[in-house]
This record gives sequence, structure tokens and C-alpha cells, in this order.
Amino acid sequence: MTSTTEKPAGALKERRQMNGNTVLLLITIILFFVLYAAGCAVYAGKGFATVQTFLNILRSKAGLLCVTCGMTCVMLTGGIDISVGSLVAMDCMLLSYGMANWGLSAPVMCLMVLGIGVLFGLFQGYCVGYLNIQPFIVTMAGMFFARGMTAVISTDQLSITADINQTFYNWANYRIYLPFGGTLNRKGVMIMPYFGIGVVISLVVLVVIFLMLRYTKFGRSLYAVGGSEQSAAMMGLNVKKTKLKAYLLSSFLCSIGGICYCMNTMSASVSQATGLEMDAIASSVIGGTLLTGGVGNVIGSFFGVLINGTISTIVQTNGKLASSWPNILTAALLCFFIVLQSIFALIRERKK
Amino acid sequence: MEDGVVLTMRGISMTFPGVKALDNVDFTLRKGEIHALMGENGAGKSTLIKCLTGINDFEAGEIHVDGVEGPVKNHSTSDAQKVGVSTVYQEVNLCPNLSVAENLYIGREPLTPMHTIDRRAMNRKAKELTERLKINVDVTQNLENYSLAIQQMIAIARAVDMECKVLILDEPTSSLDDSEVEKLFGMMRDLKAQGVGIIFVTHFLEQVYAVCDRITVLRNGQLVGEYPIAELPRVKLVAAMMGKDFDDLAEIKPEGFEAHADAPVVIDAKGLSHKGTIKPFDLVLHKGEVIGLTGLLGSGRSELARTIYGADKAQTGTLKVKGEEVKISHPIGAIHLGMGLLPDDRKAEGIIGDLSVRENIILALQARQGMFKQMSRAKQEELADKYIDILQIKTASKETPVSQLSGGNQQKVILARWLATDPDFLILDEPTRGIDVGTKTEIQKLIIQLAGEGKSIMFISSEIEEMLRTCNRMAVLRDGAKVGELDGDLTQERVMAAIAGGADNG
Repeated sequence: MTSTTEKPAGALKERRQMNGNTVLLLITIILFFVLYAAGCAVYAGKGFATVQTFLNILRSKAGLLCVTCGMTCVMLTGGIDISVGSLVAMDCMLLSYGMANWGLSAPVMCLMVLGIGVLFGLFQGYCVGYLNIQPFIVTMAGMFFARGMTAVISTDQLSITADINQTFYNWANYRIYLPFGGTLNRKGVMIMPYFGIGVVISLVVLVVIFLMLRYTKFGRSLYAVGGSEQSAAMMGLNVKKTKLKAYLLSSFLCSIGGICYCMNTMSASVSQATGLEMDAIASSVIGGTLLTGGVGNVIGSFFGVLINGTISTIVQTNGKLASSWPNILTAALLCFFIVLQSIFALIRERKK
Repeated sequence: MEDGVVLTMRGISMTFPGVKALDNVDFTLRKGEIHALMGENGAGKSTLIKCLTGINDFEAGEIHVDGVEGPVKNHSTSDAQKVGVSTVYQEVNLCPNLSVAENLYIGREPLTPMHTIDRRAMNRKAKELTERLKINVDVTQNLENYSLAIQQMIAIARAVDMECKVLILDEPTSSLDDSEVEKLFGMMRDLKAQGVGIIFVTHFLEQVYAVCDRITVLRNGQLVGEYPIAELPRVKLVAAMMGKDFDDLAEIKPEGFEAHADAPVVIDAKGLSHKGTIKPFDLVLHKGEVIGLTGLLGSGRSELARTIYGADKAQTGTLKVKGEEVKISHPIGAIHLGMGLLPDDRKAEGIIGDLSVRENIILALQARQGMFKQMSRAKQEELADKYIDILQIKTASKETPVSQLSGGNQQKVILARWLATDPDFLILDEPTRGIDVGTKTEIQKLIIQLAGEGKSIMFISSEIEEMLRTCNRMAVLRDGAKVGELDGDLTQERVMAAIAGGADNG
């Protein structure tokens, strides 16, 4: 500001405010570390405080992370996609059944799953963007459809074993070892911590979506549409196309997540991944994404997923707590974050 | 196309359900001119602009833009921008959750060789642009951190930067204060010198004569004529807009309108305040009195009213209504005490666009009665008919959704809503903003008539002239505090001096 002359009233006062959304993200990150540290402190004896435990969280939540990235993109536009859990179930079922009964190779099945994700997303996106139907209704129909199709493919509990498809089995069990952080097992052999392909895929998805949201026209349009649809249209953005792409992306990422999920469970059943969509929404919200749209990013969602994983790991490690505790804890956290978000919104309103 | 002409619209026609919105309208814009588009509410100004920018689909006629072959038919704002037509609207159409720089460049961001957004270049360009236009903002901050006035200026900056041939400013000054308006005019003159044709839609007559070169007047969807500014003095302009001889604005106050000091006190506020918006103030209002709240934009005029009304809960002080001390924590309490508030942001706080005119009118009355004592349909229709008639609301029927009405008529509907509750005390916050001169006068007359019937009215307006015409007394606000009251012989000079903080504010 060198050459400017007079200053509009109030402009100076309004400058350089601490952004409330940054604070929220910070709180999420701090909360994750506090939770994790608490877990380490209490359950150190049960092997919680190892690198492997952390990597296991990433391994078991790889699918959820991919799904949450897609969910965050949709939520940024002010929409929601509750079809993702069922879509993951359908993906798993299709992978398992296809490899077992049709004898198709793993790459072909994966491509098919991804292709179905694209078609599924195209249809949902078209309904939301161009036909202007409420996203909740559209994706609820998608949810029932995918769950139903899962049962149509098979109502059995299927497992993927090495006999059924060696390639997929190898993928799922491929281990990438870290060069540090190992632990001694009972026999005194040093075991290095490892992770699988699913973790790599999900982290790549995370980074790509992060860059996409920040540095591409499409990414910024998602924010603009969520901020004000009318304004976005007035500024010459194609709102309908942006929405369609958002749902397309969500279903596509959900299919990637489905593959990761399948690699982790190596099985399929009709009731698989029930409520996964709610976990994804909860992770996004805990990560600072607003349901009203326009605010949030996938780094927050990543920590949301980590918090989700930490809670379930703590409950598992404890061993005595009922399995309902993760839900209750998640509920408490959600409450905490929603209240925080409203408080920050109120503060901003006051400052005006 | 003729030399020096950037835009011609010929024989534009367009019909809305039941209304002929535009009927064979012509419009010509030359290079480097500021061209005012004038008309009363429902004259078709907005519709004509929307036909040009691709929001409305016109049925007949042709549009030609300089440098574009053949007739232009835009189907979206981005189409319009491609042929060099940019628009800034009355409501700020930007995204509050994005940074200032992004709001300036979204949709046309500078890209790196890898086709990603070059944020650094974008921020640098945004900084240059805002500095050139003398807008003092940090371009990396979110837009929501800035006041409405600054947001409006960013919107204009965005349009200005778009290499546009035709810049449409649709009521851009409604939310700006005088110094900001002057800055905007500076911007407009610069652009004019660069050869941009500017279409300026406004209701402020003074502003038209301050910057415009030419005026096109519309009335009821038809073209009245195009005039160079020198050939159309104010009175003739108003006559052209209204289609009748102009009702003298100067004197509508009846004789003896001033004496009210001995009338019963309706509102008696002592030390009322709301943290962060209005400092403690005292205010007394008598029966049948019109008090004006005056001050610059952001001085706390609306906030004072909101505190009395309970929209912002008063944190200190006492409020007596008709002699009885009351605590109002919600507007419904105020409604029960016979108050009504016409908010300044009618889109966000007043109008429910999807409901019909009838439903909007009976809303406050129904709320006061409670939702279980539903009014009979016949009674509702009677009320709606009555106020559509009294206020001359232009609507296809009483069942038309309010969103289809023009801005001024929406304002009348909200006014009707509060009149229907037969309030003793009515707060009107900028009731005449963005509406035409004819309706303004009607509303001003109505205020005086209501006061004559024994109602007390608090009138807030940015236009001192119209306050002088209607108020008995004026309270002056500055920087969130009531700094004085004026009564007796109200003149523009006295009010101005008081607002500015001169000696005469006691």
C-alpha cells in the first residue's frame, strides 16, 4: 500500500483478522494429537504406542479417507452424498463375485468398479445439477439402489482368497516396510512397521484432491458454488456443471475407496460398510467442513478420519468397552465441533 | 453499426406471466458515455438489462454489440462477458467465503504453464487493481471480513477489469455513502475516458445529473424517449418517468404538523444499548409524531431501531412503552406491544419470496394472533385487497408469488404487512431505498397520513431531503451513538452540520 491515498472508513480495522476456519482446523489437529497421546499414555502396555498402530489406523481407514475426500468436495458445494456407503458395499461385492465367478482378472474388475462409479456419479450429478433435485433425495435413491444391487449380485458372505484371485490377494498383502520404528516380537525378532497399497492410494488421493481444491479452476468453483450459487452464476461460472462434476468425483473417489476397503477386508456382504457415509460426513464436519458449503478442506477431513480411526483403535485396544463407544464419542466430538463452528460464525457476525 | 456506437437494442419485447414487461423497446449506447436508464418500478429497466445479460430470454428484437458479427443473443452472464458486457448489481454478487483476489479473478484466473491457478500472480494482479482503484483491502483476506460498501467496490473492480465495452451498473450506489459514491463516480469517469459505454441504473436523481451524458426513460415496459442530459431538466425527467405532471415534492407536510410535545408519550427509552452496535441512548417519542434518524452509513441508525424493537436485545437501560416499563428480548414481544419494523434489507429480512402477496401481507398479523387462531380466508383476502388498493401494489393478482414483483412493490407489500397489524409505533428503515420517485412520494405521504391518525413513526433514510419533508424531529447519530436531536425549523444545513459534528447539535 504505497501509492494509495485516502482509506475507506473501517477498512483498516477489518484487516488481518484471524480466520475462524483456520482456528477450527488447528483445533481438529490438536484434538487428534491429544487423543492419540492419551491413547499412547493409557494403553502403552498394550502396544498402542507403536508406529505400527498408527499405520494400522491408516490401513483400516484408507477406504474411508478416499470416500471422505469425495464427500468433502460435495459438501463444499453445499450438497451431500449419502450413497457412498452402499456404493462401497456394491464395489466390494462386485469385486469379490466377479473375480470368483466370472474369472475376470483383478485389473479388469477394478476398472469395471471405477467405470461403474463414474456412471453412478454422472447420473446423480445430472439429477442434482441439471434437474435441480435435492442432493439428499438423489443420493438416498442412489443409496437404496446400490444396496439393493449388492444383494442382487449375491446375498452370500464372500471372501477373496489366494485361490480365487492371486493378483488381488498379492496386492492386498503387499507390504511396504518403513526403515525405522520397528518393535521386537516375542521371539526377539525385529519387526519393521509396514503399510499396504491401500494407504498409498488413499494418501495420493488426499494430496491430489488437496491440490485440486487449491490450485484448479474446478476446485475453486466448488468453493464459489458453496459460498453463493447465485453469485457464482453471476460471475460466469457454470454452476450446473460444477455440481455434476462434484458428484461424479465423489462416486469415483468412492469407488477407489471401495477397492481400498475391499483390500482391507478381503470380503463382501450385503451389510458391509453400513453407515460409512455417516462416518465420512462426520469426518468432514470434524475436519471443519460446513454443511452449508463453501468452507472446508481435505487436510481437515484427513484429521477427521484419523480421529475416527483413533477412537475405534482406542476402544479396540481397551477390549472391555462396548463397541457402541466409538459412536458415542463421535457424537460428542460432532457436537463439540458444531457448537464451535456456530460460535465462530457468531463472532464473525459481531465483528462486522 | 454506426460509428461510435457500442450497443444497440432494437424492438426488444418480453412477456412475463400476465404482464407485458417490455414492448418494442430500443436502446442505444455510444462509446465513452454514461447513459442513465430511468423509469418507475415495473417500467422494465431490470428486465431490459437482464435481456442484455442473458438472464432473461427476450421474445422479439435484436441486440448488436460493437465488434461482434450479427445479432447477439446471450444465454448466460458468461456469454455476455464474452462479448464485453459486464454487470454490477445492487446486491453484491460475490462469494463471501473466497478471498478478495479470488472474487476478482474467479473464472478467469491467471494460470501456470501446468494449467493450475497461479495464486501469486492472481494476488499480485488483485493488489495492483485494488490499488489503482484506491480500494484499501488486503486481497488475501476473505471477502466476508469487509463491509458491504467495500464488497460493492470489489464487485465494480471485477467488472472494470474485464476489458468490457459495456458496463452495466444496476443501482450500485444504494449501499454506498457519499464519499464512496464520489469515488465510484471517479471510477466511472475514468472508464468513460477510456471509451467504455456505461449504463447507469439508479433512483437518485442527483447522481444522474452528476455523471450522466444521456438519459433513456422507460415507462410500463415502453420506451418514452432518449434525451441528452442538458435537454431534460429534473422536472421533465420525473414527468417523463411518471407520465403525468409531477406532484410537487416540496410541501407535503400539513400545517401545524410540528406540535406534539403535549401528546402522550409512546416510547420512552433511557440508556438503552447493545454492545458493539449502539451506545446508550435516550429517546422519547410522542403519539402522532414522526421522528427521523439521521447519520452516515454505519452510524447506528438501524441498530438503534433494532434495539428498541428487540431484534438486538438491549443490554442496558429501560424502555417504557405507553408508560409501562417493558423488556423486549424478541421481535414477537415488540409486535405484541404494537410495534412494527420494516427492515432495510428487504430480501433477507422482510420478504418471503415464495409466498403470495396475500400471505406476505397477513404474516405479521397472523404471528401476533398466534398460529392456532388462523384467520379466515375471506378475512385474509379482504385485507390483501384493501392494502393492494391503498398502496397501489402492482401485481398480477393477490396470489402471485412476491418474488415476481418489482423491488418497489415488494417494499409496499412489507409495508402493508405492518399496516395490517394496525401498529401504534412503526419503524421504517430505508423504506424508499431503491424505489422510484413516484412511489417514494406516495410512501412519504402515507407516513404523514399515518402520523395524522395518531401513530408514531420512526423513519430512517439516507436521503436528508425526504426526512426533512416528513419528520417532526430528527435524532442525529454518529459512530454508533446518538449525539443529538433537532426540532423546530429543520433545514438541510442544520442536519448536515449535526451529522458532521458541528456546533448545532444540541
